[in-house]
Amino acid sequence: MDLLNRHFRHWSLIPAVALFVLLTLYPVANLFRMSVSTIAFSEGREVWTFTPLANLALLRADEVIAPAVLNTVIFVVVAVALEILLGLALAILVAGVARGKGLVRTVMILPILVPPVAIGSMWKLLYNYDFGIFNQALTALGLPPVNWLGSTSLALWSVIAVDVWHWVPFVFLILFAAVEALPVEVLEAARVDGATRWQLVRRVMLPLLKPAIVVALVFRTILAFKVFDEVYLLTSGGPGTSTELVTLHLYKVFFEQNQLGYGALLSLALIAAIVAFLLVGARAMCAARA
Amino acid sequence: MATLATVLRKPAAETARPLPGIGSGWIGTAVLVVAVAAVLGPFAWILTASFKYQIAIYSGEWPFAPTLSNYAEVLFGRRSDFSGNVVNSLIVASVSTALVLIVGSLAAYSLQRFRWPAWVSATFLGWTLIFHMIPVMTLIGPWYVAFRELGLYDTRFALILTHVTINLPMTVWLMRAFFREVPREIEEAAVVDGCRPFQAFYKVTLPLVVPGLIAAGILAFIFSWNEFPVALSLTSRELATVPVAIARFAQQYEIQHSQMAAASIIATVPALILMALGQRFIVRGLTLGAVK
Repeated sequence: MDLLNRHFRHWSLIPAVALFVLLTLYPVANLFRMSVSTIAFSEGREVWTFTPLANLALLRADEVIAPAVLNTVIFVVVAVALEILLGLALAILVAGVARGKGLVRTVMILPILVPPVAIGSMWKLLYNYDFGIFNQALTALGLPPVNWLGSTSLALWSVIAVDVWHWVPFVFLILFAAVEALPVEVLEAARVDGATRWQLVRRVMLPLLKPAIVVALVFRTILAFKVFDEVYLLTSGGPGTSTELVTLHLYKVFFEQNQLGYGALLSLALIAAIVAFLLVGARAMCAARA
Repeated sequence: MATLATVLRKPAAETARPLPGIGSGWIGTAVLVVAVAAVLGPFAWILTASFKYQIAIYSGEWPFAPTLSNYAEVLFGRRSDFSGNVVNSLIVASVSTALVLIVGSLAAYSLQRFRWPAWVSATFLGWTLIFHMIPVMTLIGPWYVAFRELGLYDTRFALILTHVTINLPMTVWLMRAFFREVPREIEEAAVVDGCRPFQAFYKVTLPLVVPGLIAAGILAFIFSWNEFPVALSLTSRELATVPVAIARFAQQYEIQHSQMAAASIIATVPALILMALGQRFIVRGLTLGAVK
């Protein structure tokens, strides 16, 4: 107990630092070593061979990576844009309501806390060709059923729709908190001065909400890049490569093709891209604050 | 998750006054009702599906004869490992939550109270932020390699370590915010009264941030319970967690749709319970934090 007390200042930070060094810094450093190696398993032991060019050759021969990057960009841009627009509209419209705000908050927290895998399996059932709710509705209206997840032209959009359903509530909660914190006097003053409803939203609220919107945008973009669980459940990247995303492809390279070295190369590229985005995003946030 | 934390810390029911000038009553109310229905609708549909026989799902008949057979089959069926998966998930989530609370609150307290050189806290907090934003998939490869080397592949220990690491940034940031609200004078008084540094932390400060510990603990538990890619990659059939088991349902050649629905509903139960208990604590966390 005396030892605990004497060096408390130092040891209090040590477990967290040790964990970070061993489980994040060391693995990132290891990624560099892995990315120039070929790793094979023989008789349960790892055999590393130094093959600096082999993984680059694999990258050049990889026909999936280009569609995966393209799909990821489409996914992130479209999903995040829709989420911000819908979340913002919802936050502004609901702010005028006097009752039921507590209920709406509780309900909106739900999709954020439910396992993403469960959301994936839920929507797999909802999208089912034979008995899913959408095709039931179409059939009831006398229309032909649609192959939501099985058609190459539609699958990515179906997956994006699930992400929008999943994350509009999150954007809504951030922006709703910001709308609630708006200065009432300013809004009143604008209204007394004869601003129409649209002018009030466009000229007064949006500028005041800009910092919150940027925060929601940056957070959602980063989380959208990380998406894996739902898409793995819904389509696993198919049909063909039509919903292949970078994270899914990375998983397959690591654990289905067992290309640990090449996977490390892809990981490093992905981390570099994220850090670059963070720097740009941080600058945008600062600009929005100023 | 820092943003999520701030969202959750907002009191649930506050001003009843509507903002002036936007969305006259009924439009807003209509939008609100539609939004709530859009969020709850899919859950309701899956909930009903989980009480249907497979054949009733296929035929889409309504009304249907409800049955508990899907839940019975998923939890107690001879061919189902699901109850084992639930046990695995509970163990991993509880142990990793306990560990992350200890490690995270010590680190948060240390950074908040002791005069570390600026670069130490800046590096630590900056790295937690960056790590939190990198897709975890990029680190699973090296984790897999390291754990195989150490003979820790396919152990609960390895999975718990990774979950602690994943939840550490959120815990540190949240607990730092709670420690900041505890006035320094309280501890200084304790030290004057003869408390040693660790005692002051353990006996004086920690009890004041219990609401923060509960809030962080609930979030850490839910994230660990929900976590999928690491559990998928670092465990085999025996130690699979609930999300991995659900994914296996979805990938069977002949999907048992009604059982998949039941398993998905079971998987959401802990989050619902914790949230129902937690919202109160998270709200109280705000008011209790204001010790004057």
